[in-house]
Amino acid sequence: MSRAALLVLADGRFPAGGHAHSGGAEAAVKAGRITDAATLEEFCRGRLHTAGLVAGALAAAAALGADPGELDAAADARTPSPALRTAARRLGRQLLRAARSTWPSSELDALAREFPKGAHQPVVLGLAARAAGLGPEDAAHCAAYESVSGPATATVRLLSLDPFDATGALARLAPELDRVADRAVAAARRVRAEGADALPAASGPLLEVGAEWHAAWPVRLFAS
Amino acid sequence: MHLGHTHDGPAAVSADARRPDGTRRALRVGLGGPVGSGKTATVAALCRALRAELSLAVVTNDIYTREDAEFLLREAVLPPERISAVETGACPHTAIRDDISANLEAVEDLEDTVGPLDLILVESGGDNLTATFSKGLVDAQIFVIDVAGGDDIPRKGGPGVTTADLLVVNKTDLAPYVGSDLARMSADAREQRAGLPVVFQSLRGGDGVADVAAWVRGRLAAWTA
Repeated sequence: MSRAALLVLADGRFPAGGHAHSGGAEAAVKAGRITDAATLEEFCRGRLHTAGLVAGALAAAAALGADPGELDAAADARTPSPALRTAARRLGRQLLRAARSTWPSSELDALAREFPKGAHQPVVLGLAARAAGLGPEDAAHCAAYESVSGPATATVRLLSLDPFDATGALARLAPELDRVADRAVAAARRVRAEGADALPAASGPLLEVGAEWHAAWPVRLFAS
Repeated sequence: MHLGHTHDGPAAVSADARRPDGTRRALRVGLGGPVGSGKTATVAALCRALRAELSLAVVTNDIYTREDAEFLLREAVLPPERISAVETGACPHTAIRDDISANLEAVEDLEDTVGPLDLILVESGGDNLTATFSKGLVDAQIFVIDVAGGDDIPRKGGPGVTTADLLVVNKTDLAPYVGSDLARMSADAREQRAGLPVVFQSLRGGDGVADVAAWVRGRLAAWTA
């Protein structure tokens, strides 16, 4: 296992399409739910414990070698918003392209054949971690971190927020993020015996509602 | 026809010249440049000039709207299924240079759905003078500036002006009204570009987009040779 490989995969500049997505922050800013660093931190906390936990568990399960098709169906079942399912598949397809080029692997090639238009991003992330020689803890941490780093960087652009304040919010969430990743991995380890139903199914209704609202805007900065 | 159903291999990764089924993919030409310099107008004119002889498609990278794609649709330069819009998350240069995945998907999906294609034009969102396309996305790039943006732009240089395969100085018809010195722009551009070509054009008269279209035909001939 390589710690440096984790840095490559988790790098915000890893070219997998995430820069065009706000993780729900654009809708939350427009709705007045994110107005400053404090409300950004609360938004991220909510996302971490819902979408972040689910994504972390899916990624950890994929890293452990669970069937990607079953995990993708589980992700669908946990994502009520069609717009979010589309965004997750699009990001999954983009991550798969980057990962196949970065860490060539027969498992990633097989995933590309099975899902030519993309599997859910956390599933791809878990398999990418596996291809990079990383474990389920790494995959869960990556997914959970992405669930908050995306909205934080997007909010810097959307509100011209002080970037130091946004980064400080992420740092304060770090201990919680570790615990969410632990829970995600614990759930993922049960998948082999119990199937994908063992994965958490937390969701943030406002994230789902906001995503549908956002997808209908004619003018927006971010794709989701 | 979709990847994975009819082909043995998974989808292509990056700038591979061959598609998964072994056929040669379309030539990809990027058009970048500052806001308002005439990128979309040049794309529209190129489509009109080339659509009778080539199978072509366009990818637009609007910064926050679908305006560019909708302009091309409204002008009916191509059927709607041949125009695809990529959303760029407030960073147009990222989508064409640092993280090209969404644009690669768009060009590959166009080839899948309306192909075979000879040429795909990838238009950047209006950006700054440092914005260039990744070689993983396009085979050649055109940088479009205009005389009204200041006749010192060629002298200032920057990656777009100095390294683009073709520099287009647009709206030459406006030069007398904005006090731009075309001879100076031409001399500065020649000095910055070490022999790379420069086209001065006005889409409101004269030969219009003819020089740029001829350059594209030349690139296409080299690509398919």
